[in-house]
Amino acid sequence: MTPQELQVGLYRLSDNGLILGQRLSAWCGHGPALEEDIALTNTALDYLGQATLVLKQVAVQEGLGRDEDDHAFLRDSRQYHNLLICELPNGDYGFTIARQYLFSAWYRLFLEKLSTVSDEFMAGFAAKALKEVRYHHQHASDWVLRMGDGTTESHTRIQQALNVLWAYTGEFFEFDATDAALVETGCWVDSGSLKSAWEKEVRALLESATLVVPADTWFQTGGRSGRHTEHMGHLLAEMQYLQRTYPGAKW
Amino acid sequence: MTTDREVLKLLEEVTDPEIPVLNVVEMGIVRSVSVGVHGDVEVTITPTYSGCPAMRTIEEDIAEVLQEHGVSDFRVKTLLSPPWTTDWLTDGAREKLRQTGIAPPEGRSADKNLLMGKVRAIACPRCGSEQTTMVSQFGSTACKSLYKCDVCMEPFDYFKCI
Ligand SMILES: [Zn+2]
Repeated sequence: MTPQELQVGLYRLSDNGLILGQRLSAWCGHGPALEEDIALTNTALDYLGQATLVLKQVAVQEGLGRDEDDHAFLRDSRQYHNLLICELPNGDYGFTIARQYLFSAWYRLFLEKLSTVSDEFMAGFAAKALKEVRYHHQHASDWVLRMGDGTTESHTRIQQALNVLWAYTGEFFEFDATDAALVETGCWVDSGSLKSAWEKEVRALLESATLVVPADTWFQTGGRSGRHTEHMGHLLAEMQYLQRTYPGAKW
Repeated sequence: MTTDREVLKLLEEVTDPEIPVLNVVEMGIVRSVSVGVHGDVEVTITPTYSGCPAMRTIEEDIAEVLQEHGVSDFRVKTLLSPPWTTDWLTDGAREKLRQTGIAPPEGRSADKNLLMGKVRAIACPRCGSEQTTMVSQFGSTACKSLYKCDVCMEPFDYFKCI
């Protein structure tokens, strides 16, 4: 494992939370009910906290005197390694919840496995994040059930969201040479091995929510290697505005 | 100031900015204190939640209390593992929560049913009734859920189990 491979691995870990946390933060003041506003912004806070922990580790490992904020706010689009599903615009509440469900069902399995690797930082981080992600997963599952098995309107909307999002779920299980190098040194997980458990769980929940599991057709790819959707530039422009305009600004 | 125990006692002056009735020692945020041969102090803390906005303030408050008591050579270290759990809240801390109107965590974090939100009855901190309903798993801070009491009808916070 080279230092570059480890850095990409850490970015793959930090950036899902950083980017999805940025997306969820936009629900602040716009949730369909006060409780949901609070739920999504609490989830965003957990994600941003997790990203901070990992980006601190990136900074330590890099040893160039930069900090976690430099890594969060001063990279260009191609240097982010999040899954594409995280950067998609929020859509309606059904879309946001469907994404939360598909993502957290995978992330939870991923962290469960990562908490057993030999690398001290990775395992420690995973055990910590897992406690939070279990709550996110539970929250999203409850809402998928309520919306799927709710009114015609809620059912239609969440089904449509799932149909769109499905093409982005293939990326959860990708495994390339960088992943392999990290697995070899005991600091990563072969996400491909989580696929059957994820499918089984998602299928069971969607069926009990009277929803149809979309068919596997083709899958979007690229985020983990820094190739993003057209939405990413807009997201970064907003997220990085302050640090780009007032370099080194603190509060 | 020379012993671990004395330093720990000082740290009881540092409270959680979001739950000011609790200090960082009884919350289990302070994991250890060690005093070196030259009187240098190392305090190890652990975050409750990854994104807990109180952590930075807590770190600053610890520094302030140590300095006020003449400890100038110190270091505050953050440790992630083992991850913080509500099991570390002392009995005294739980009672203080109840008296403040926050229901303390029920059961042990190792119980998967609790982590999955299938909590046993949470008693209302005001009237003690166990006829309560969860309004939302997420509350006013990362560590709380929102409940309401079906008897006295008051809403209350529940310090959730992690
Ligand atoms: Zn009551």
